[in-house]
Amino acid sequence: MTNYAIRRVLQTIPILFIISVLLFIMVRSAPGGPLTAARRNPNISKEQIEAIEEKLGLNDPLPVQYGRWLGDMFKGNLGESIKFRRPVSEMIGERIPNTLLLVGVSFLVTLLIAIPIGILSARKPYSLFDYITTTVTFIGQSIPVYWLGLGLIIIFYVTLKNPISGEPFFPVGGMNTRGKEGDPLDTIWHLILPVTALSLGWIAWYSRFLRSSMLDVLHEDYIRTARAKGLKERTVHYKHALQNAILPLVTLIALDLPSLFAGALFVETIFSWPGMGRLFWDAAKGRDYPVLLGVVMITATLIIFCNILADLAYGWLNPQVKYE
Amino acid sequence: MSELNAAPMREQNMALLIMRRFFKHKLAGIAIAVLTFFVFAAVFANFSPYSPTDQEPTNSFEKPNGAHWFGTDELGRDVFSRILYGGRVSLTVGLLSTFISIAVGVLVGALSGYFGGWVDSVLMRVTDAFLTFPTIFVLILLGAFLREQQVPWLKNSIVVVIVIIAALSWMWPARLVRGLFLVLREKEFVTASRALGGNHARLIVRHILPNCIGPILVSGTLQMASAIITESGLSYLGFGVQPPTPTWGSILATAQNQVFRAPWIGFFPGFMIFVTVMAINYIGDGLRDAFDPYVIHTQ
Repeated sequence: MTNYAIRRVLQTIPILFIISVLLFIMVRSAPGGPLTAARRNPNISKEQIEAIEEKLGLNDPLPVQYGRWLGDMFKGNLGESIKFRRPVSEMIGERIPNTLLLVGVSFLVTLLIAIPIGILSARKPYSLFDYITTTVTFIGQSIPVYWLGLGLIIIFYVTLKNPISGEPFFPVGGMNTRGKEGDPLDTIWHLILPVTALSLGWIAWYSRFLRSSMLDVLHEDYIRTARAKGLKERTVHYKHALQNAILPLVTLIALDLPSLFAGALFVETIFSWPGMGRLFWDAAKGRDYPVLLGVVMITATLIIFCNILADLAYGWLNPQVKYE
Repeated sequence: MSELNAAPMREQNMALLIMRRFFKHKLAGIAIAVLTFFVFAAVFANFSPYSPTDQEPTNSFEKPNGAHWFGTDELGRDVFSRILYGGRVSLTVGLLSTFISIAVGVLVGALSGYFGGWVDSVLMRVTDAFLTFPTIFVLILLGAFLREQQVPWLKNSIVVVIVIIAALSWMWPARLVRGLFLVLREKEFVTASRALGGNHARLIVRHILPNCIGPILVSGTLQMASAIITESGLSYLGFGVQPPTPTWGSILATAQNQVFRAPWIGFFPGFMIFVTVMAINYIGDGLRDAFDPYVIHTQ
């Protein structure tokens, strides 16, 4: 197991290498390098600029520059934001917990709703409940998250008001009301609309997937055996079938991670949630390339390690998998 | 016995059989009708009496009425016309990027699955690398980056959007086709053809590929649905197709800024995206049933 984990981590090195080379090429050819301002300044002579270039190592061969850039990355030095003149790693570090909170809560809500729906509709396929959930999930799968977010704002912020205070039902900006920073209840209140917008599509997707996975498993021979033994239908479904039906879900979730972060970016942008997605969007508008590249590198690393975790979880859930 | 002989097996055209099975799925039939209607509306958008870009500031924020069916936006532009023209962009981007991504995916998947060995290893490592990209971040980055390059054909933001969406979505059909090829290349009919002297190209194109058509078409519908959502999302964020060209996403973006003054504007473009995507998903569902020999239609 440990060997396997180490080997999986080592396997990611070529992937990270490909990503980092692509990113490095973009850093190098991106407009607005570190000396743009200096070049425009008439008081700085050409010789001085060349001296600075020499000092920063911009004249070294590209592979050498790449090596240095990579070394900086490993030291956690992602460069400095052009706009804010702050270290990128510091800016991202502030935002990561907020994104993880939003994504984590949405994910939990998704699983808590999607798994029961998937099981119940597979239990009585083509029943009224199954028919309704299939239709609703088809709708949920097709709603773009940004339209849903906008709709939630229009309904719960613009249109409907609390009849007693005349205030909107839910806040739509940021994580906290001014002056209530650090109040968990206030944060939960701010989480409700973004989490709803983010989870709905996932719930639709995963419950449909679990339904078909359950139906596949229920045709297997060992299910017939379990029924023949006289086990209760409940035991057959929840114990024998579910354990195997849920396995492919783990792989699916791991493969889906990039799109989970994509949803988070939209939701953070719409609801001004101070996470990495919002940071990225703001930076992209201002062409703040160091920030953009830093965020891409960090999310890519996060996704890769979540993939490894999912692989390990898969092995842990499925005793047939042998690590060799 | 005579009864059996009375109804001799008719030779049926495969395409016809699939079509008949497809239209048994009623919702898929409706979805085809809806999508065809949208395509016609987009193609004949120029018959709309209003221009999608002409501004009439005195008429801004009109509610939906007889003259402006979907109302007007903050610059007095007719939202209905903008939706029609936006449909041109959204549907074109969806169709072309899907076409490119399927073409690349089938090529990579076929080579990988058919030849195996080091070809497979290399191609699949690259595929895995692309799969771990945080897609939307890279799309935004590439969109911003490519448009700033001094390359003439990248000046057109629609081309940029088509290319980057295809570049980040070919991995799914590639994995699918690879999986199908791994199974099919071991089948007897492939061995038979090889024994008869069929070369690699013939085996791949004439024998194995036709058996993958069903799943490829189904995955094509999924790709197209997600391409349309991605394009609209990028344009909504301001990194897709650039103004003044209307797309459903960019109309939605302007609607968000006017959410207090004119909340109805946001409804229409989002609804169009939603209905289009849902129609495509239902078509995919119909195709899946039509190509699946195990689905029995009781009728």
